[in-house]
Amino acid sequence: MAKLTIDDLKKIKDNYKATMTVRDGGSRAKVTVHMGTCGITAGARKVMEALLDEISKNNITDTIVTTSGCAGFCSKEPMVTVELLGSSPVKYITMDEDKMRKVVKEHLLGGKIVEDCALVAGNESSY
Amino acid sequence: MENYRASVMLCGGTGCMAGDSLKIKDAFTDELNKRGLSHEINVVITGCNGFCAQGPVMTVYPDDIFYEKVKVADVPLIIEEHFIKGRPVEKLMYKELAKKSAIPLMKDIPFFSLQVLRALRNKGLIDPEKIEEYIARDGYMAAAKALNEMTPEQVIDEMKRSGLRGRGGAGFPTGLKWELSAKVKGGEKFIICNGDEGDPGAFMDRSIMEGDPHVVLEGMLIGARAIGASKGYIYVRAEYPLAVQRLQIAIDQAKEFGLLGDNILGSGFNFDIEIYQGAGAFVCGEATALMRSIEGKRGMPRPKFWRSAVKGLWDKPTVLNNVETFANIPQIILNGASWYTSLGTEKSTGTKVFALSGAINNIGLIEVPMGIPLSKIIYDIGGGVPKGRKFKAVQLGGPSGGCIPESLIDTPVTFEDIVKTGAIIGSGGMVVMNDLNCMVSVSKFFLEFTTEESCGKCPPCRIGNTVLQDLLEKITKGEGEEGDIELIEDISHEIIKTSLCGLGQTSPNPVLTSIRYFRSEFEEHAGDKWCRTGVCKDLCTFYIEEEKCKACGACKRVCPQKAIIGEKKVPHRIDQSLCVQCRSCYTVCKFDSVKIGPRAMRDQLLEQWVSDSGKTVAMAGKEE
Ligand SMILES: Cc1cc2nc3c(=O)[nH]c(=O)nc-3n(C[C@H](O)[C@H](O)[C@H](O)COP(=O)(O)O)c2cc1C
Repeated sequence: MAKLTIDDLKKIKDNYKATMTVRDGGSRAKVTVHMGTCGITAGARKVMEALLDEISKNNITDTIVTTSGCAGFCSKEPMVTVELLGSSPVKYITMDEDKMRKVVKEHLLGGKIVEDCALVAGNESSY
Repeated sequence: MENYRASVMLCGGTGCMAGDSLKIKDAFTDELNKRGLSHEINVVITGCNGFCAQGPVMTVYPDDIFYEKVKVADVPLIIEEHFIKGRPVEKLMYKELAKKSAIPLMKDIPFFSLQVLRALRNKGLIDPEKIEEYIARDGYMAAAKALNEMTPEQVIDEMKRSGLRGRGGAGFPTGLKWELSAKVKGGEKFIICNGDEGDPGAFMDRSIMEGDPHVVLEGMLIGARAIGASKGYIYVRAEYPLAVQRLQIAIDQAKEFGLLGDNILGSGFNFDIEIYQGAGAFVCGEATALMRSIEGKRGMPRPKFWRSAVKGLWDKPTVLNNVETFANIPQIILNGASWYTSLGTEKSTGTKVFALSGAINNIGLIEVPMGIPLSKIIYDIGGGVPKGRKFKAVQLGGPSGGCIPESLIDTPVTFEDIVKTGAIIGSGGMVVMNDLNCMVSVSKFFLEFTTEESCGKCPPCRIGNTVLQDLLEKITKGEGEEGDIELIEDISHEIIKTSLCGLGQTSPNPVLTSIRYFRSEFEEHAGDKWCRTGVCKDLCTFYIEEEKCKACGACKRVCPQKAIIGEKKVPHRIDQSLCVQCRSCYTVCKFDSVKIGPRAMRDQLLEQWVSDSGKTVAMAGKEE
């Protein structure tokens, strides 16, 4: 691709900001599987597979599925963050395949937070 | 008018009145009087709150906590928990009907609320393999600013005013280091990112490289611009394959976008980055050894007659900074030095990332403002020591640092305060120890590590550390003699004074601080042949105090040697001839009846046993 200018950079920023956030991206939800070394060691790949499988089984098309790095709470990995349009993101801890499937069915589809494995809701403060 | 610290706004609407809200008010008044809190907490009956279906309802100010379906019987609980202990009563809190969830918010959990994310600001938020997601979070905006709107001098000035000190352990001011290199006129220069992360128990840098690789590239790009470097290296240990992979993807993407390469963002500035994989030798994290390693030589440090900033990699001016140092830079350039110094203390500005591990509930990666007391990190963020055990010490700075005891637990986390304790902030490993940790063994562990990792170039480090390790080995084996501890101290001071590089100059720190704060434990080991924690197997005897034993059988069940004798209602005993000092009985006993005595006790008990039973016994675990 051609050399980027500062204007291009700003354009990418604005465009991508939209697709990254649930609110502006036209999707209904975003699910992030945290895949740092700690997450992967604790089984994040299996969780991701279960998530993708459950999403295709249920024909869910309005959800962004993405990965990210360590969420910081390494002893509680694998961690998954689920954000529904209009609600605070919810962090799930010590996930496995079954819990992931349950979260898809109950939270992603049913709008009900799965309390047994949810740790916390909200955004972290950066400053 | 009275000044109340809290107000209870109790709904007096028809619905809630029908639900006995007046009786609830009376109950509050009575209970507050009883506890002498009536002048602190005000109870007000309000008009209809509107949420009649959940009535009686009430709101507590200033906390803004909403309780629903309150009953007279709940009043003492609310007062006890909420007003005395400061913990809102979750089961009465308002739950959104649709969700029926009582999960807390981040601002309510200290693990999250006490953290401030700067270096980790993209933690868990972006896909590390998509440059666009980094850009969407202001990525490369700082580089654009540094390249097009600022002169190199202005960049360096901003860095100097930010007070940022290297996060790799030594805490050298970053702006000053850059200035030294920038002042060398002309010629090729290098910038290197130190991602070697060799401290046991540390995983801060790995997490940044894996989770937000572009921030490292952007920090390096800004540094390169400031000093005039055209080439950068990231030195990562090969044991970090995911970090290597994600950094490589990031470099490729940045090149594709023209954010690395020639004429970056139309500024005319050229810069490229290459990854160099290290083989995982601790000493290769040391600046000069690292540079030699990149040159293809054996990684050994050189004497510091000159600074690498002036004459480093291939004898060219070279700036080496740590991963976390680089991760801080884009935000400093974007928001300015005064934003950065708004957190921390005068000499330790900003935030620091720590890898919290060991005997702590919340193991993880945290970022806190400099100046926060250790106790806040351990108890509030870390959630304290698990399983009801007692906090003993916190190890900072890994093999170059030391153990800080409970008496200094309120020490603020700054470069200047931590160093006074004998430990160092180091790269950010923070290992919590409980009463089951033996400080002599911990010291020995770190010395084994440094002895193993010493490159062998200078004798004080190569030989001195070996001697120290042997002395500790001797003490933990029960062969300690009078004067051993003093000898350890003497040798330690010599090693510190005469070693060539930071490895040797700091390797005695763990044992020195442990002796400083836990001297009696060393004396017990060397003199009394007693390890009170039961870690050093040659220095302890496990026995059961009969008066305390409830004969519950818990120890009997966990003993792998079947060495515990006893029936229901009969105090148990440990057969010393079978005991292998595994400590299982000690950790499992709920009545504090399993005790740990000095080594000599074992022989006494055994003799007594033999004379009582008239048997001859062979010791388990000992070869004839
Ligand atoms: C034995 C030894 C090991 C070191 N290991 C590392 C390391 O793994 N990572 C690191 O950033 N700095 C390490 N350092 C510190 C570096 O020498 C150097 O001070 C640092 O990388 C400079 O970057 P900073 O100013 O950003 O902290 C080590 C030092 C010594 C003496």
